[in-house]
Amino acid sequence: MTMSIRVNPAALKEAKWHEYAIRFFLGGLITVATGLIAKSFGPAFGGLFLAFPAIFPATATLIATHEKERKRRVGLDGTRRGRDAAALESRGTALSTIGLFAFGLIVWRLLPMHRAWLILTSAAGSWFAISVLVWRLRIFLHRA
Amino acid sequence: MIKLIVIRFLVGGFFVSGFSVLGTIFKPKSFAALFGAAPSVALATLALTIKTDGAFYAALEARSMLGGSAAFFVYAWCAMILLHREKPETKFATAGLLVIWLIVAMALWWAFLRRGA
Repeated sequence: MTMSIRVNPAALKEAKWHEYAIRFFLGGLITVATGLIAKSFGPAFGGLFLAFPAIFPATATLIATHEKERKRRVGLDGTRRGRDAAALESRGTALSTIGLFAFGLIVWRLLPMHRAWLILTSAAGSWFAISVLVWRLRIFLHRA
Repeated sequence: MIKLIVIRFLVGGFFVSGFSVLGTIFKPKSFAALFGAAPSVALATLALTIKTDGAFYAALEARSMLGGSAAFFVYAWCAMILLHREKPETKFATAGLLVIWLIVAMALWWAFLRRGA
């Protein structure tokens, strides 16, 4: 049995507009902060914050809240289900940081010698490919 | 200066929101969770930094991102274990554990990254 990846645009309707606004605001804030930290303390220090989990707490909390609400609608206490959903989100995010590491490595080693757009696009593609590979590998090992 | 800050804010918000939308529409949830560590802030920051400070400066930032990524891994793994075993409130657990990210990132910077490329 393989776990197939699907797209469900209807899921967008579940989230409220202010949830997207929070993510936009936090994303903008950390990008500004990263730039200011790099200007004040240098790029070697500021670069750490390119991988700061700025929106993860908000995302995990929203996922837990949505799961909880879904269970409440059918008369169940969804507290445990919500926490389990947040734990699952944490695990997927942890796996994806391996791809994030590869992204940084590619940009660090190749950016000075090649076109910027090509390197950023390749690095983003590598993040995705490696993250999916690690995710698939984890499922395979779990079932073996 | 103000103009640059506003541009950074808008570009960062755009990238982070875009990746979080992708994380919302994909199924199964274990796959969608991969977008939790999308390089959204990195793409926004690096694209702007290349324009303002050049490729070498941006490459040096990307080098330190390796330490940040390793700290992110430790942070997310700790969050998973804490949420799974200890049953705390998600918002307090995930926000409180950011200290772990900070400690690990600082330690890696101090040990390997502070001397520059």
